[in-house]
Order: sequence, then C-alpha cells, then structure tokens
Amino acid sequence: MIQIKNLYKSFGEGEKKTVVLEDFNADFERGKITAIIGGSGSGKSTVLKHLIGAYKPDAGQIVIDGEDITAMNAEDLNRVRKKFGIMFQSGALFNSLTVEENVALPLREHTDLNESTIRIMVKMKLEMVGLRGAEHLKPAQLSGGMIKRIALARAIALDPKIVFYDEPSAGLDPISIGVIDKLIMDLSRKMWITSVVVTHEIPSALRISDKIIMLFKGRIIAQGSPDEINNSSDPRVIQFIKGNPDGPIPFSKSQRDYGEELKEMFIH
Amino acid sequence: MQMKNLFGHIGRMGYQFMDASIDFFRDISGLYHLTRATLYCTFVEPLRGKPNKWGPVWVQMEEVGVKSTAIVFLVAFLMGVILAFQSAYQMSRLGALDYVGALVGVAVTRELGPLMTALVMAGRVGASFTAEMGTMKVSDEILALETMALNPVKFLITPRFIALLIMLPCLTVMADVMGILGGYLVGVTTLGIDPTPYIDHSLESMKVKDVVTGLVKSGVFAVIIVMVGSYLAFIIEGGAEKVGQNTRTAVVVSMILIIIADLLFTSLFYFLT
Repeated sequence: MIQIKNLYKSFGEGEKKTVVLEDFNADFERGKITAIIGGSGSGKSTVLKHLIGAYKPDAGQIVIDGEDITAMNAEDLNRVRKKFGIMFQSGALFNSLTVEENVALPLREHTDLNESTIRIMVKMKLEMVGLRGAEHLKPAQLSGGMIKRIALARAIALDPKIVFYDEPSAGLDPISIGVIDKLIMDLSRKMWITSVVVTHEIPSALRISDKIIMLFKGRIIAQGSPDEINNSSDPRVIQFIKGNPDGPIPFSKSQRDYGEELKEMFIH
Repeated sequence: MQMKNLFGHIGRMGYQFMDASIDFFRDISGLYHLTRATLYCTFVEPLRGKPNKWGPVWVQMEEVGVKSTAIVFLVAFLMGVILAFQSAYQMSRLGALDYVGALVGVAVTRELGPLMTALVMAGRVGASFTAEMGTMKVSDEILALETMALNPVKFLITPRFIALLIMLPCLTVMADVMGILGGYLVGVTTLGIDPTPYIDHSLESMKVKDVVTGLVKSGVFAVIIVMVGSYLAFIIEGGAEKVGQNTRTAVVVSMILIIIADLLFTSLFYFLT
C-alpha cells in the first residue's frame, strides 16, 4: 500500500546541518498496523510528515497506492490526500467549530452529499468512537482523550484507505489508551484500513501492531513482528523496550564532551 | 590588534546587514506570493468551477464590519469635531469662518476618513487575523487543513479578504458622514457659524471625485491589512511567544504600509488631476 524507498532528509545548512533521516526503507501493507517507535528526536515524526506530504525529502521515493508523492504538484497531492486520514498528536480540531462541524468538514468540502446525509454520517462516525451526543460541544469543552477520539472520527470521515496516527496515546490515561488502541485495531481488522502509528508507548505498540519499525538517530535499527522486537538481542532495542535509563542510548542530548565544556568555561 | 578588531566589527556588521536584507526580501517575496495566491483563489478559481462559499464570508463581514462600526463612528465623529475646532482658529484670523465646513468636508472625504478608518481597522482587525490564524498555525490546524486537501488560503484568507474588501469602503463612507456631522455640529453650535453658509460652502467645495478617490484608497488599505495579517500568521513557527510578536508586527507593518500607500495614491491623484 505504501512503500518508502531510500528516504534521506536533513535540516539546516553548513555547520548546523543535522541529518534527520538516513536511508529509510519501509513497506506498509494493506490492512495491517505498522508502528514506528523510537525516542524523541529519532526522526519518527519526520517520517510521518513526509508521508502526508508536509515535507519534501532530500532524496528517495514515497509510493502511496502506486503513486510517488514526492514528485507531485499540489493538485495531484490533494487527490492522494483524500485517500488518507490523519490523527494529529494535539488532535488539531478547529477550535472555532463544534464537534459536529469538525467531523463534517471533510464531507462538506469534498462531497456533494446533502445536509441530512452528512448529519447521519457524522452521527455514525461519532458512534464508532463512542462519542455520540457530543455533537454540539466545542473542542475546548472536551478532555484530552475525547479530543483524540473526535480527531479520529474526523480522520475517518471520508472512509480513507489509510490512516496515520501521530502519538495516538501520548498523555492519556490507561483506559483512554485502551479505547484508542481498540479503535485502531477495529478500523484495521474490520474495515481493512492500512494504519501507520507513530508512538513511543511501547506496551500499546506491542499490543496492536502487526509490524514494528524502530528508529534510532534517523536509522532503522530493528523491524519485525511484536514478538521479534520483544525477543530482540540488540541492546538498544532492549533498553528502549525496558525503559532502562542506562544503556547504549545516551540520556544526554549534548554533542560535546561534558569535561571539555566545563574546562573551557573555567578557563574563560 | 586594534585594526583587526575594527575590521572584524565592520565585517560582522556587514553580515548582520546582509542577513537582515535577506530576511527583508524573503518577506517581500512571501507576501507577494501569498497575495497572488489569495487573488487567484478569490477571483480566478470561482470562474473555474470552484465557487466561493458565502457562509464564512458573512461571518467575517459581521466580525470585521458590523462589530467595528461603533469604534469607527466614534473616531470619525471626534475627528470631525477636532478638525472643525482647529481650522476655526486659523480661519477666523482670515475672516473666513464660513469655510470651516468646506475644509472639514474635503479633508475628511479625501484623506482622514479613509486613513483613520484603515488605521483603526489595522489595529482591530489585522491584529485579530494574525492572532487567530497564528494560533491555528501553532496548533497544527493549518497543517490539518492541508492534509484534508483543503487549501488554507481559500479556506481562511479568502473569506476575510472578501469581507474586508467590501466592509472597509462601507465603513469609510460611514466615517465620512460621521466626520462631516461632527464638524457641522461643532460649527453650528459652538463656533457660531450659520447652518446655511456652512452647508452651502461644504457642498460647493466637495466633489464626488473626492469620495471616490477615498474609496479607491480604502480598497487598497483593505488588501494591505488582510495580506500583512495573514502572511505574518502563516509564517509563525513555534509557540505563543511568536504569535504575540507577529501580531504586534502585523499592526505596525500594516500601519506603515497604509501610510506609504496613502502617500503614493495621494500624489498619484494630485498629478493626474
């Protein structure tokens, strides 16, 4: 369904240049849930931004449903974008609109359905995420978990073939995480939706996904089924899954040696 | 050593100047491209089978137009009063007190009505455009629009553009009327000018052309307010701090551009007629 081939991306120029993705290759199969895991700054959100066409890669191809989106003009890209839905980390609901208007927006803009059909479809989508009855609330009146569920309802409003999830369970309580996980699985298993989940919530990634890709410093260091990841012998994978503070993945983000830096400050 | 420091300093200043000018030209080009995209979405796309939706335009017209009437009325009325007082002081020394009405009328319709209305609106509406759309940018709402295959320019800027393009000239006409009314009331009640000569002199010196040039200018001011406000919202990266900064910048820049545009148009009309 989606293939990413030899993707490279760096930000900045000259001395400040940082390579965010290096030779990223992945294959997301139809109807399967693929999780991309990794620590903060590992480049997993950058992969997602490339998939939705927000970033252009330095090199490489992204083929969605047989079409390379990296070489597309705005019009073609918009055509492809109608095939997928995205659930943002913050929800990104429109604060000036009610829940119903938020979910109805893609339907109103991209279909010729009449108003009563749209209302019925909105009701169905809200029932799927268990929030029927919240139609007339504004996003500011909703809790974090509810915002994500409404965002999911909006993402699937046009019955997309693909849904991208950006940190679907970040900042939620365990029950809300369970609800979101179940929704993602239901959508994938029952409606044959291809799901790409970017997350650092390891238990939920292990629970829901068919395939896990682990990123570290812009490179894939492991991929496979949840069992394979769980039984991996790579110390970096073990550290990330167990959440050990000590290990090959450093806690400190700074590039320079601590002693050197202190010595320099002392001399000046 | 001293010399080297001096050259280093000059070099750094040169680089800073270069950076600042690169930023400046990047902003100019960005503003140009956004304006072109907005004009395309507003006027060309409807002809190609993607009609504008009028619902959001009505909402914006109420927001920028109807709700601004009170402040525009107040400012214009007081401006007329002040203008009458100030000119009466000079005119009475020339023994031409009756001509206060003419002066107020011409000054308000040609210049102060459009200018003051635009400046008030730059503060009231331009700032709210930047703050509102900037917050949407920060909370990924604009990215969400794009990934839903909706053009943020068409969805957010076009309704505001149409609304202000219609409402600013309307408000300017109202400001003209209020300014003249203010001058008239002061002239008749406080300055002791007879109503008849006041009105006569006003009518014979004011021309339709004065009002029309004022309206042309206010159309240009509307474009400036919307485009500067929207551009500074769309380039926001980061958080609340940047929204605040850019909101302030939007007001300052649109006020400066309004004054410059006013100068250009006034001199243009001066040489043309």
